[in-house]
Amino acid sequence: MKQSEFLNTVMPFKDKVFRLAKRLLVSTEEAEDATQELFFKLWRNKENLKSYNSIEAFAMTMTKNYCFDRLKSKQASNLTLVHSNYKEKGTSLQKKIELNDSISLVERLIEKLPEQQKLIIQLRDIEQYEFAEIAEVLQIKQTAIRVSLSRARKTIREQLIKQHQYGIS
Amino acid sequence: MELANIEKLLEKYENGETTLAEENKLKIYFSSDNVAPHLIEYQALFNYFSTSKNERFTKTIQLNSQPRNWRWLTVAASLVLLISVYTGYQKHQQNKAEKVFNETQMALTMLSKNLNKGTTAIGELQEFEITKNKIFKQFK
Repeated sequence: MKQSEFLNTVMPFKDKVFRLAKRLLVSTEEAEDATQELFFKLWRNKENLKSYNSIEAFAMTMTKNYCFDRLKSKQASNLTLVHSNYKEKGTSLQKKIELNDSISLVERLIEKLPEQQKLIIQLRDIEQYEFAEIAEVLQIKQTAIRVSLSRARKTIREQLIKQHQYGIS
Repeated sequence: MELANIEKLLEKYENGETTLAEENKLKIYFSSDNVAPHLIEYQALFNYFSTSKNERFTKTIQLNSQPRNWRWLTVAASLVLLISVYTGYQKHQQNKAEKVFNETQMALTMLSKNLNKGTTAIGELQEFEITKNKIFKQFK
C-alpha cells in the first residue's frame, strides 16, 4: 500500500478518531497526540489492513483501546487530566460563549458517564453509527449497546432537567 | 412536525430504539427555533451532538518522520559530543604546551643571565691580563 493510497483510505475517518480520543481523554492536546500515534500505528501495519473488512471500525477499536491504555497509565502515574480546553481557539465572541455555556454543560454531563456509555453516546449520537457498526467497534452485542445507550441517554436527560430547574428556581 | 410525534420519538430515543433517520428528525426539530417549552432542555443536548460532530483534527498526520527524527537527533547529539570532546582535548593540549614553553623560556632567561654574569667576570679577567702583560713586557 502506497502512502497516498493509505491516506485516501484513512483520511475520511481521521476526525472521528480525533473526536473519540477527545471524548475519552478530554484534553485536545492529548487527543491530537493520540490521533497522530494511532495513524502512525496504522501506517506501520499497512500490510495487514486489507484483511479487515472495515478499516474504520478497526481504527475506532484501536482508538478505544489506546485511549483506555493512556487513561490507565495516567491513573497509575497519578496525573490528573487538564480540563481547560472548553474554549475554542480564535473565536472569543460573547455570543458564542453564551451558546457554548449550555453546550459545555452537556459535555460535562457526558464526561461523568462510565467509559462504555461515553463511547456509545459518542459513536451513536455524535458519529451516527449503526448499531451493527458499534457492535463491531466495541465487540459487544447489539442488545447490550441498546441497554447502555438507553441508560446513558436517561442519565443525561435527568441531569439536564435537574440543571434546568435549578436555573429557574 | 407535530408535537405528539416528537414526544413519541423522544420516548423511543431514551429507550435506545430509534433509528438513525428518526434521530435525525429529532436533531432537525431541536435545531429549529420553535421548540415546545417543556422540551427545551433537550435542545442543548441535540445541538451539542450536532456541533461536536463539526470538530476537526487540524494537524497534519506525519507517517514516517517521527522515528527518523529521533535517529537524526541521536546522530547529531553524538556528533556534538565528539566535536566538543575533540576541541576540549585540543585546548587542553595547547594549554599544556604553553605552560611548558613558558617554563623553558624562564629557564633559558635565567641561564642567559648567569652566562652574562660570567662574561663580565671574564672581561675583568681580560683587563687584568692586559695590565699584567704590560708589566711583564717592561721587565724584558
